[in-house]
Amino acid sequence: MNSPETSPMIEKLEQEFRVLLKQGDHLPEWFNEIRQNAFDVFKMTGFPAKKDENYKYTYLEPHITPSYQIPAHPVTIKIDEKEIFKCDVPELNTNLVLLINGFFYGKERLKKLSSGVIWGSLNEAILKYPDLVEAQYGKHLSQMNDPMAELNLAMSQDGFFIYLPDNTEMDAPIQIINIALNEDEQFISTHNLIIVGQNSHVKLVLCDHSLSPQRFIMNSASEVVAGKNARIEFSKLQNSHNHSVQVSSVSVSQDEGSNVISNYITLHGGIIRNNLLVNLNGKGAVNDASGLYIADKMQHIDNFVQIQHQSPECHSTQLYKGILDDISMGVFSGKILVAKDAQKTQAFQTNKNILLTSDAKVRTKPQLEIYADDVKCSHGATVGQIDEEALFYLRSRGIDNKEARLMLLHAFAHEVMKKISIDPLRDRYDELVNKRLRGELSRCNNCAVNCG
Amino acid sequence: MLSIKNLKATINGKEILKGINLEIKEGEVHAIMGPNGSGKSTLAAVLAGRNFMEITEGSVTYMGKNLLELSPEERAHMGIFLGFQYPIEIPGVSMVNFMKTAVNEQRKYKGLEPLSSGDFLKTMRDKMTFVDIDSKLTGRSVNEGFSGGEKKRNEIFQMAMLEPKLAILDETDSGLDIDALRIVANGVNKLKRPDNASIVITHYQRLLDYIVPDVVHVLYNGRIVKTAGKELAMELEEKGYDWIKNES
Repeated sequence: MNSPETSPMIEKLEQEFRVLLKQGDHLPEWFNEIRQNAFDVFKMTGFPAKKDENYKYTYLEPHITPSYQIPAHPVTIKIDEKEIFKCDVPELNTNLVLLINGFFYGKERLKKLSSGVIWGSLNEAILKYPDLVEAQYGKHLSQMNDPMAELNLAMSQDGFFIYLPDNTEMDAPIQIINIALNEDEQFISTHNLIIVGQNSHVKLVLCDHSLSPQRFIMNSASEVVAGKNARIEFSKLQNSHNHSVQVSSVSVSQDEGSNVISNYITLHGGIIRNNLLVNLNGKGAVNDASGLYIADKMQHIDNFVQIQHQSPECHSTQLYKGILDDISMGVFSGKILVAKDAQKTQAFQTNKNILLTSDAKVRTKPQLEIYADDVKCSHGATVGQIDEEALFYLRSRGIDNKEARLMLLHAFAHEVMKKISIDPLRDRYDELVNKRLRGELSRCNNCAVNCG
Repeated sequence: MLSIKNLKATINGKEILKGINLEIKEGEVHAIMGPNGSGKSTLAAVLAGRNFMEITEGSVTYMGKNLLELSPEERAHMGIFLGFQYPIEIPGVSMVNFMKTAVNEQRKYKGLEPLSSGDFLKTMRDKMTFVDIDSKLTGRSVNEGFSGGEKKRNEIFQMAMLEPKLAILDETDSGLDIDALRIVANGVNKLKRPDNASIVITHYQRLLDYIVPDVVHVLYNGRIVKTAGKELAMELEEKGYDWIKNES
């Protein structure tokens, strides 16, 4: 095995990083410093190694090879936004944002609404509102202490940016469609920064898709900053083809009384790693994290969740459920940390899995680290098969075996989906999950790529 | 309609049914009584198609077909209905979706078009009054959080929806108070037709005050040890099962 210093991919990344840095010499100094520092940290650690406890079951290094190209510029081809995949939610009225290969796509790069809300390209925001970005950028993600998150900070040039001043809200959810569109194999980095002021409210829907059949690596990150009493709903749909490697790192920081709901629905993708770090920094903050992962064939889906209760009276719940078929593998690590001063913490964690074959695997690792004495915490994990009693009950009413199994799997999955408050989105997800379970989602409507 | 001949079944190597013989004709109500552990529920499970037991000998013919070769859903399509002793809770599967799928699967088997949503809901409302089931219950997941009595009523409601040819009610009376018992029994009586039949499995004679059987069988230690008219139930109530145990 190559040590980080001699790994050809890291050498290649370093060369590319120099080019990107030079290309960004018109950007503010603080930004380039963050990139340089992040690259230095990454270079020291290298890609997560097999001995890395946090990546124990997701060994990325062999999948990241120098054959991948790093896109330095936005695509120049013309794309009709109306024609392109819109996550297929016809009734969903959203503000649409398109990211292609990590770059913001569209003419109007940054909008400022009369309410003071600013949203659009992160790259543009760095130039136009450097103070807003500088106050938060990188500060939350770097707390993850994760090499892939550091690499994201080093390599990302663009992504989605939104700033909601105090006491504002968006009229409709924002839908961010993150598309891989490439003729050669690409290593894509993209970074979203979401800053929500006091008492403000926003709903975000992120959809990851691929529009071309080539292999790609998507190393994305989002920093979510919730001010006092802010409310944020964050829903992510992962539906890219099975030759992709996707690492998504989301770092959430919550102030007093804020409420953040996040939801991951993972339907397709080759190797997927979702990092979620939540810091509950203010009293009475509430976080609700949930995920559903459905895998078959050789898919590998790893959810790595850390909830850190730094302040008293915060409340967190985690609900992650997986359905694993063929020789696929699901991994769940959930860590709850309760700091010494975080009295009256309530923290709950559940991970449930259904294995459909004897070759499918699940690794589940709940962890509690509690330094306060007045807390209510629980965790539980189950790995099982379809409930035979329930199956017989349905069949005894004339529902055939296959249909009865699907009904039970769909019911199992629905517990996660019912956490989504946007009705048309939940209905659409319900339908997608249903199709996925029936094996009919190898091609999505409007999508040119065979995900299967 | 149903003919059971010398049926033997084992669970984990232990013989539970030791040669059952039973003939049921259209229009008949048969009661099967017996002490705990006599094999009543195993017999019901064999008829509905559960596979936790091994059939070692004998035959079951239903409507001219070898019943034992059919899957649970095929049996349901042919009109067999099992009222569960312990109905299963299925979180996340709504009652409406469950019943709609079940009814339409049956219709498909009979070569009929699926019911429209409107027609289905109308049928459902009609049948709900049958067992006096709260409309709130049908808006929930199957049996989830239902009380014992509600679960049993839900079984009869499903029976009303599916209109079985042969209903097997496995200790439907257990855990019911007298009002619920009356409602459940009324439901069963109202569903009685000249061309269908039912098997009422019960531990107590109580239910048979409301559902009057044509034939009463006593099952003991894996065999039917006595068969007579409805007066047998009264005699059992009076003398207790020890009378049977001593006789056999």
